[in-house]
Order: sequence, then C-alpha cells, then structure tokens
Amino acid sequence: MSTAAALLILAGASLALIGSIGLLRMKTFYERVHPPTMGTTLGTGLVLIGSMVFFTLHESRPVLHEIVIGVFMTLNTPVTYMLLLRAALHRDQTEYSKQSN
Amino acid sequence: MRRWLPYPILSVALAAAWLVLNQSVDAAHILLGVALGLAGGRILAALQPPHRRPRRAAVALELFFLVLADIVRSNIAVARIVLNPRQKRTAGFLSVPLELRHPAGLAAVACIVTATPGTSWARYDAARNIVTIHVLDLLDEEEWVHIFKQRYERRLREILE
Amino acid sequence: MNAGLPGAILMLAQVFLALAMVCALYRLLRGPRAQDRVLALDTLYVNAMLLVLTFGIREATTLYFEAALIIGVMGFVSTAALAKFLLRGEVIE
Repeated sequence: MSTAAALLILAGASLALIGSIGLLRMKTFYERVHPPTMGTTLGTGLVLIGSMVFFTLHESRPVLHEIVIGVFMTLNTPVTYMLLLRAALHRDQTEYSKQSN
Repeated sequence: MRRWLPYPILSVALAAAWLVLNQSVDAAHILLGVALGLAGGRILAALQPPHRRPRRAAVALELFFLVLADIVRSNIAVARIVLNPRQKRTAGFLSVPLELRHPAGLAAVACIVTATPGTSWARYDAARNIVTIHVLDLLDEEEWVHIFKQRYERRLREILE
Repeated sequence: MNAGLPGAILMLAQVFLALAMVCALYRLLRGPRAQDRVLALDTLYVNAMLLVLTFGIREATTLYFEAALIIGVMGFVSTAALAKFLLRGEVIE
C-alpha cells in the first residue's frame, strides 16, 4: 500500500517536472504560462493524495490535513496566473505603444 | 439565523479547516472552530460582497467533477505538447462573448479556465461582456467557444442566476 | 518510508522535483523579461513545497506539513505582490 502512495507521489512529481521543462522549452511568455499549471493542479493533487494515503496508513487514523493545502493551491494559483498574465499584457501594450510613437 | 450565520457555507468550511489543521475533535477545538466560523461569517458580512445564495447543489457537484476530469485531460494534453515540441500547433488568443454576468460566476469561470493547463483567462471587457482567453493548442476556435459555453457557462448560470 | 521499493520510488520522485526546481531556476536566471522571472519564481516555490512534503513522508513525520503550508502561503503572497508591481508598470520603466 505504501508503494501505491509512493507511485502517486512519483506521478505528481513527474507532472511537476514536465511542467517545469515546459516552462524552459516554450518560446513566448504566453505559452510559458500553461505548463507550470500542471505542477500546481494535478501534480500537487497527486502528491497530496499520496501523502494522505501514506500518513493514514502510517498513523492508522485518517490524516486529512493535506486537503487544506489542496484547497489553498486550487484557489490561489489561478489568481496569481491571472494577475501575471494581465501584468504581461499591460507591459507588452505599453512597450508596443512606445515603439509606434 | 441570518444575523449569526450570514454565510453558512463559509462558516462551516472555516470550522472544518480549523479541525482538520489541528487534527483533533476535542471539545475545545470544536468550540474554537465554531467561534472562528462565526467570526469569519460576520467579518465577510461586514465587507458586503455581492450576495447570492447558490442554488442547485447537484449541478454544482456535476460541475466540480467535470472540472476535475477536464484538469486531468488537459494535463495529459499539455504533457504531450511539452514532450513533443516539434508537433505543429498554434497558440493564440480567443475571444468569447459571455452571457454570464454575476461576478461570482465570472470569478468561478476565470478560476476554472486558468486552473486548467492549456487555457488561461487573459482579459475581461466588462462593457461588452467579452472575455479573452489564451489557448496553448488552438486547433479549432469554434470548438473551444462551444466547449467553454456549454460546459462551464451554462452550468454556472443555472447555479447562480 | 525509507527502505525497499517505496523508498526507491520516493527517492526518484525527489530527484524529479529537484530537477524541476533546476529548470525553474534556470528560467528565473535567464528571464528574458520580468514576467518570465516571476512565473519561474512561482514554479520554483511550488516545486519546493512538493519537495518539502516528500521529505516529510520520508521521515514519516507530519511536522513538514506546516512548513509546506507556509511555503505555499508565502509564495502566493509574494507572486501576487510581484505581479501587482509589474502591473503598475511605471516603476520598472
């Protein structure tokens, strides 16, 4: 059973790694926003589920406090990415208008 | 009831979060959690957010699982894109005219779209009610608009409006 | 969870997360623009948070959980603040 927990964590870590590789590989900023989302959504989710499974087995009582991180991450990552995207659009527009002047 | 629990869902969630964080169901922790929940509800009421009690719990639950499935699916799709960089694809912005106007619904759609890898919420024009989304793999614009409107917007309107 | 197959899998997961942090760090140093760096910082802290969680699982203690939660909260606040700073614009120009 703890192998199953470890495999869940490995799957989450692989998603985080692929997301970070995507951050490295994509050509423009707007494309780069997408891959790291993998690590923050499903990657974090799988690691948290793995952690819940492991601690529930290890302490032989339900350990659910990982849900707090899960709820927190699902609420805050969209907010930061939206802010960042708006900031990037704003900066690109001001730069563009400067060039055309 | 209205006075003490203006936001019952929020209060229950705060109390539950307190208990889960402390990992105990002692009487003392339950008392503290209840106090926290009541205080949180009162504080939010003092901020006077636009108030609308969500209806149709079944649709909300359906939406939750739909979003979960979409997140898993788009994670796989984006992983594929990252691992085969040579594959031809076009990234671009996409404008979607909305019918949804409720601020809570707009916030929910924005969070759903951004939390799904491959799409993110870029800009919202409040005057014309048009949203601009950046899509990593923009194969068929019509289809994206259709998915967006049918999957999320329709259900959120059912829940909120 | 240290010995045997689960321990080995967990070790591999930690290596993956460390590599992910290296990728994010490279993007952070390389840029090219401020928004890329902020995005990289965000990715870096999420990966660091996951790494701390896996350390907690290796040591079989829930103490690391609080550390991970703090990293998450602080990272969110700092990324939001930096994005807001970029949005105001003129300060950087």
